[in-house]
Formats: sequence, structure tokens, C-alpha cells
Amino acid sequence: MRVRVLVSPKQGILDPQGQAVERALPALGFEGVANVHVGRLIELDVEDPSQVPAMCDALLTNPLVEDYEIVETAPAPHPQPAAHPQHLS
Amino acid sequence: MKFGVVRFPGSCDEVDAQLACERVGDAVLLWHADRDLQGVDAVVVPGGFSYGDYLRAGAIARFAPVMESVAEFAREGGLVLGICNGFQVLCEAGLLPGALLPNETLRFVFRQVNLQVVDSGTPFTRACAPGDTLSIPTKHASGRYFSPAPVDVVLRYAPGENPNGSQDDIAGVRNEAGNVFGLMPHPEHAVDPLTGSVDGLKIFESMRASLTSRVAA
Repeated sequence: MRVRVLVSPKQGILDPQGQAVERALPALGFEGVANVHVGRLIELDVEDPSQVPAMCDALLTNPLVEDYEIVETAPAPHPQPAAHPQHLS
Repeated sequence: MKFGVVRFPGSCDEVDAQLACERVGDAVLLWHADRDLQGVDAVVVPGGFSYGDYLRAGAIARFAPVMESVAEFAREGGLVLGICNGFQVLCEAGLLPGALLPNETLRFVFRQVNLQVVDSGTPFTRACAPGDTLSIPTKHASGRYFSPAPVDVVLRYAPGENPNGSQDDIAGVRNEAGNVFGLMPHPEHAVDPLTGSVDGLKIFESMRASLTSRVAA
């Protein structure tokens, strides 16, 4: 199973990355943008998706300062596509 | 008196920490993959970028074999000092409360800061008087301390000198029992007049005094 873990800063904790992006957008002419937060996306292929919450609590996130949301997507494709483009030489 | 300084892949201040410890006692390096603490009397978890700080600062290092022994040593009352990345590791390991987030400015800060000694009753600050000011360098990208619950503060940045946006100007905290202490600034870089300040030595002298009185007791 392909699983996506969406990690975001906990509400109420200062998110300087989100603030920097929020300030930058109007400078480029994009108006009406608010509440920007920058988090992290972790993708995993797992045999047992029920283990993912425990993985999140143990390592993938720091529950003290981060929230997470687990999204199950399509089954992992087989065989795995090449992770990197071939080197050109 | 023997100090053990942990060396992770990616540590970079372990040698300075060892030299600082050697000003007050003996010191050995403890390799991250070894569980054996070699009978040391105190442990220092030094600064650097353990395991590259991939994922989050300190997140991977807490699972190092040596950290299992350090956690057990701490549970038994052993003195554990975490400096900078070591502080981050101890927080991630749950040996200290709270977490260290990226600096408010999103910039790496590297400067001398003045620290106020809030608690001079700990085994790490007993050579200081309450209200003493220590001038110690700080250098980090993730030093913004945060805790949702009240904590035992040992050191604060002097007014106006908070370099990272830490909650309540917190620079260093201890655990409830008082035998584990972590701080973002680097006392091991302030032990020789050649580099401008010897105030960091007070942390190591305090540890020596605490261990000496334990042995005598």
C-alpha cells in the first residue's frame, strides 16, 4: 500500500517558513492569500498500513510540535520505476 | 572523574567537549554504535549534525545504541549534559521536555550571547551564583525552544539577546530530577581566554564539584 503522511506545524506554533511564503506571494502579485503553512510530505510503500500511526509517533513526526494526516493512495506499482533518470554520458 | 563524550556520525564539537572536560577531569569518546559507557561518571552529548540531522534535528540519533545506555544512565541518576545538537537529541529522546524548532529568522545564527543563570542549584550550574551572566557562543539553525507545559529553566538569554525566538528566552532546561541538562549555546567553546571567554568552564566545574561531592557522600 502506498501511504502519504502529511506533516504540518501544530496550530499556534510559529511557522516562520509559512510566514515567509505568505509575505512573498503578494510581492509577486498574488493577492488574497492567508494562513500559509509549510510542512513535509513523507511517502511510503508499506505492507501493513495499520503500523503507520505508530511510525509517525516514533520517528516520522514530533507529536509535540507537529500534526500529521495519513492518506492511503493506490497500491505500490510493481515493479518499482527507476527512482532517478539514467545518467547521460 | 571520567567524562564520556558521545560521538555520532556528523558530530563536530565532540573534540572541543572532550578538551573542555579534560580541564576538570578525564574524558573519553563514546562511539554511537557502542552500548558500553566505559564506566564514565558523566555523559556529554555534544553539538554537530548527528546522522546529518535528516528528518529533524536529533530525530535519528536518539535511536543510536549508545543512547539506550545513556537513557538508562540518566534514569539511574547519572549526570547527562546535552549541548546544542545534544540538547536536540535529549529532547527527541524524551530525556528533556520540549522541542527545538527552526530559528524564527530561518537563519543560522553564530554569535556570542549573554546567558542569565536562573537556577544555580543544579549539578551543572552550582559554580555560578543566581543571576550570574555567562558569555558563551551560540551557533545553530534549530534552537527555538518550545514546550507546551511549564519547564524547569536553568538558563535564559539576556534581555534582547534571544537569537532564535525561543519561548520565554529559554536557553537551557533540566529534567525534573535535575540530573539531565540541555542548552543551545556552547560552553565547551568558552573555556580558554584565547577565544574570549572562560565562562563555559563553570558548567564543567559544576559537574566536577557535583560528582566529587557524590563520591564523598
